[in-house]
Amino acid sequence: MASAEAPAARPILYSYWRSSCSHRVRIALNLKGIDYEYRAVNLLKGEQSDPEFMKLNPMKFVPALVDGDAVIGDSYAIALYLEDKYPQRPLLPQDLKKKALNIQRFIEQKVGTGESIPWVQQQIDRGFTAVENMIKGCAGKFAMGDEVQLADVFLAPQIFAAVTRYQTDMSNYPTLARLHGQYMTHPAFEAALPDRQPDAPSSG
Amino acid sequence: MAAMKPVLYSAAISSCSYRVRIALSLKGVEYEYRAVEWNDTDYEKINPIKYVPALQDGDILVSDSLAIILYLEDKYPQHLLLPQDLKRKALNLQIASIVCSSIQPLQCYAVIGLIKGKLGPDESLQIVHHYIDKGFRAIEKLLEGCDSKFATGDEVQLADVFLAPQIHAGVTRFDIDMSKYPHLERFYKAYMEIPAFQAARPENQPDAPSPPQ
Repeated sequence: MASAEAPAARPILYSYWRSSCSHRVRIALNLKGIDYEYRAVNLLKGEQSDPEFMKLNPMKFVPALVDGDAVIGDSYAIALYLEDKYPQRPLLPQDLKKKALNIQRFIEQKVGTGESIPWVQQQIDRGFTAVENMIKGCAGKFAMGDEVQLADVFLAPQIFAAVTRYQTDMSNYPTLARLHGQYMTHPAFEAALPDRQPDAPSSG
Repeated sequence: MAAMKPVLYSAAISSCSYRVRIALSLKGVEYEYRAVEWNDTDYEKINPIKYVPALQDGDILVSDSLAIILYLEDKYPQHLLLPQDLKRKALNLQIASIVCSSIQPLQCYAVIGLIKGKLGPDESLQIVHHYIDKGFRAIEKLLEGCDSKFATGDEVQLADVFLAPQIHAGVTRFDIDMSKYPHLERFYKAYMEIPAFQAARPENQPDAPSPPQ
């Protein structure tokens, strides 16, 4: 007897509530309307060093995505994988110039974590100053115009972390400050916020 | 009217620039080389974050090696660097990302710390070794069981474009013992035989420092 095909399993996202790299992928999944299973990896307890997790991402970083037989670490690789596999709500435009600007912008947000706060603040200032200058002319409601694109997916968690963890004075970056306001009221971004995640500590 | 050649802003020693030089050579794209010195104040107008490389192609200006290479991949589809297969594509991107986010910048900050006197030479080298080792070990794990000529197949792809300059820096600048990373060691020997990779080497650039007498 032929059995009905089992429904495709949901992708599984290994994430830490506060990880800004995990935050990016949560936004992308939400924007594309992809239902996923959330598996918390507690970085403070060192769960990223569990042998099982290391098989998923030998760099011991979150996020990691398991989608059928695909196992992918790194938020950037995951974002581009989602873009191909789930083409609804594309995050990258066709136009080469705009596409390059999207990718370029988010790559500039590499900031080391686990470093001392003054050092991080310096890196944030450098990156934000550059991004602010670059998007001043073309930002609309969002970074690249009036639609959310990949640049927003990567900018939002970075600005959020800068504001909530590194005491960044956003008045130096008025466009980014305005975008932050937009992201905080957009449903896909709101649902991805660290304190909305299953592993966020409950407030006292 | 002939189309203008793209202009690559590059520094010989910059491993990020080296990646783009490889990609341009593999795709057979002729370009104009503009050397950027570390204290070049005009360059800020080209790239506000002041990093090399940057590419000016007609009216499109792109900075950051990964963004530039993905742009080249679309604009010049000869010798494609990313496969269609989603898993292999993701693996290429993951390896590239480990190099460009988790190894090179951290090695770079350690070197800058040394130059600015914030780190002693031993400390700086220790930090560099730590991050290279961590990244290379992770990549070796991702490549477990790989018996193809290059990282993700028998053709050079994006992962190789990122690995070659990183291994080159490790070997020539930081005294890395590549025998600990057998896949990477094997690939590196293969990269050194490829004309496009040779042409892109730091020593072969117009702004390469002259060898010590």
